Amino acid sequence: MPFACIYVSNFPVAAAVRAEPELQARPVAILEGKPPLEKIIAVNEKAGGFGITPGMTKAQGELCAELALRLRSPLQENSAHAALLDCAQSFSPCVEDSAPETVFLDLAGMESLLGSLPEISRAISNRAAALGLRAHVAIASNPDAALLAARGFCGAGLCGAGTPARVGVTIIPASKEAEQLGNLPVEVLFADRLEGDQKKEADRLLETLDRWGIRNLRSLAALPEVSLSERLGQEGLRLQQLARGAASRALVPVEVPLVFEEAVELEHPITLLEPLAFLLNRLLEQICARLGSRALATQELRLTLELETYSSSSSSSSKSNFVRTLRLPLPLLDAKVFLKLLQLDLNAHPPGAPIVKIHLAAEPARPRSAQGGLFLPPSPEPEKLELTLARVAGMVGEHKVGALELLDTHHPQGFRMRRFVAEVARRVPQKQNPDVAQAASAITALRRFRPPLRATVTLENGQPMRVACNKKEVRGEVLWKAGPWRFSGDWWEHEAWSRDEWDIALQNGETIALYRLVHDLLGGHWFVEGTYD
Amino acid sequence: MSSAVVSTSAALGRPFLFDAEAGPEVCPGESALARVRQSTLKKSAQIPLTPASRLEIRPAPEMVSSGISAIDTLTGGLPRGCLTEICGPASSGRTTLMLAALAAATHRGEFCAVVDASDALDPHSAAVAGVELNRLLWVRCGENLPQKKNSPQRHRVTEKQNQKEGMRSLGTDRSEHRLEQVLRATDLLLESGGFGLIVLDLADLPPQDARRVPLTTWFRFRRAIEHTPTILLAIEHQPIAGSCSSLLLQLGSQAELESVHKIPSHTQLLTGLDMRAELIRSRLDRKPARSVTFATKTAWVG
Repeated sequence: MPFACIYVSNFPVAAAVRAEPELQARPVAILEGKPPLEKIIAVNEKAGGFGITPGMTKAQGELCAELALRLRSPLQENSAHAALLDCAQSFSPCVEDSAPETVFLDLAGMESLLGSLPEISRAISNRAAALGLRAHVAIASNPDAALLAARGFCGAGLCGAGTPARVGVTIIPASKEAEQLGNLPVEVLFADRLEGDQKKEADRLLETLDRWGIRNLRSLAALPEVSLSERLGQEGLRLQQLARGAASRALVPVEVPLVFEEAVELEHPITLLEPLAFLLNRLLEQICARLGSRALATQELRLTLELETYSSSSSSSSKSNFVRTLRLPLPLLDAKVFLKLLQLDLNAHPPGAPIVKIHLAAEPARPRSAQGGLFLPPSPEPEKLELTLARVAGMVGEHKVGALELLDTHHPQGFRMRRFVAEVARRVPQKQNPDVAQAASAITALRRFRPPLRATVTLENGQPMRVACNKKEVRGEVLWKAGPWRFSGDWWEHEAWSRDEWDIALQNGETIALYRLVHDLLGGHWFVEGTYD
Repeated sequence: MSSAVVSTSAALGRPFLFDAEAGPEVCPGESALARVRQSTLKKSAQIPLTPASRLEIRPAPEMVSSGISAIDTLTGGLPRGCLTEICGPASSGRTTLMLAALAAATHRGEFCAVVDASDALDPHSAAVAGVELNRLLWVRCGENLPQKKNSPQRHRVTEKQNQKEGMRSLGTDRSEHRLEQVLRATDLLLESGGFGLIVLDLADLPPQDARRVPLTTWFRFRRAIEHTPTILLAIEHQPIAGSCSSLLLQLGSQAELESVHKIPSHTQLLTGLDMRAELIRSRLDRKPARSVTFATKTAWVG
């Protein structure tokens, strides 16, 4: 029953590098603590090469000019941990969330689905790399052996800083755990971040083993059990079981929540949209990679910008949130499209103050499954269409582009605009009987004047005889008329309307044009509402 | 003499070949130059050139129904991948034809778009005409006009201007901005692709404004839809796209209204219009101009 352990060494550094990929080529140190007492808690191998070690002060770290010092960010670590869980969940439904940097997977039965164990372990490592994390993957017959292998063969788990981390995969065949783990130093058993009494106890045990001359796991595994129990108690026996790779336990599976959030805190506030787009692109790529690893897409993106607002009266700054929500008609998974949509939205609705923190959340949705029919007419690609609609909306106005929806009313303006979606139920076009098509005649259409043209009407016996309005084409003697046709509605509400409609013909140059003339019975005004065309 | 022949052949656009065996008449001093010229011409003769007679004939575009049988009889339908212009004065049936084409396209299962320069589309007419509204994208231009900057200098200049002139310039700015919106929206929709029919409704734009659309824009539109199944339909007062349109239809009404003031108006009913469509130009079917008539009926006639 194989188990896999995904282990990310120097997790705070890995989280920072995931948020800023350009740090990968630089020495990095992570600081923690309140100024001016910040101390370095984690460094990468390049920083170790410069002699930077955990425990140094910030001032000591600053002596190295090349060193990139970053404050520890719980937000980034949470995102990296969530990405690690997503990576694990994409391979097995049974995942144990052991520590921020360690995740276990139960791979029982996965070989028939995903290939051999080496293939699975490589795939896990590659998926973690795609999510921005350099992880070491170890597979063994029990979780603890997998953890020791992941920590031990990763390199960084042994002595922390400065040791070059060998990122890759380790596979320990069943019943060869003791042999494979034997060369690992005993420190690997105490690599957990222990605090307080537990740390003191671990230090005492290590000192004892050191005095006995026990340097590696093979030596510890070879000790007689009874004697070890007499001297170190149950803890000693537990450590020996671990060293033999014989400890067995059940995984405690967790249900990984479908929360896809990424955030970045900025050291210096940004005021321009261009650098913001750069950061948004990074966040969107991370979110899309995570969604992709879970075979999901998103239909709603929520961008929260924390703004630094200055009040002139108190000359102090305060924080406020600026939230933009991007709702999509279809689930999409394209970071470039999302970025362009967010850019267009932010261009139309700029934040208005310097940005100090960016938080982006995606609502997961099942990806749409669409297959174009060979004999169906083409339709716009949803991604392209969304961008086009956003661009057009930015030009003509948000509520001036979309599909029409008629309302259940007789009011002449009884319609509303709704979002245009090119994914209505596809149906095979019906072949119309040509005879029927020939027989059907076209419906006379009305072209509306928006807003209606205010008109001055000369009446004779209550009938319009002459019309004059601002538009020079729509004026003159009424040549023909039909009406009045009375309409009214909504009398039970404030927006009651009542009107008489006339169909009139006016001379329009050399031709005759037909118009709809309306007398608003409540307001008493005359309007030319449109032309029959 | 040879130079004269060469220039003639160059004017004809064909490579001129010297007969190597016969050899041109060259002076002894020009022998090296003649040899270079010969070798160059031999090389150019090896370039495979396809005579015009063997060029592939551009396939005729697919024609689809316009929704009005009389128009289909006249033109054979609307050509895909081409620009069709429909022009005529008010009450000439342009919008009726537009809605009929939209109804036919949406019934075929296609998605359509209307770029409405003057926000004139009547949703109820569209629904009655049979347009499937959920397949129709309506872009209502003419709003969202840019705000003029109220700089003091501008204000002083404006005060000095004649009020009428100011109004005219504002109107021109508005129509220019509206036209710009229409063209940019059309560009974006054409670029997006996937639409079966895109309508540019410029019918209410004054002809002098509509003529401001550069011919290059129409060329661009024509190139954008070439080899695509999209039909680009322009509704105008007067033809403006020149040779870029594959089909040009002129519509007009046949209304012959008598002065009927003596007849009570409530006994009258607008039941429909008689329209006349004339095929002015068709690049697909070179036949003399001809026309058809067709009748439309109002929604309340049933």
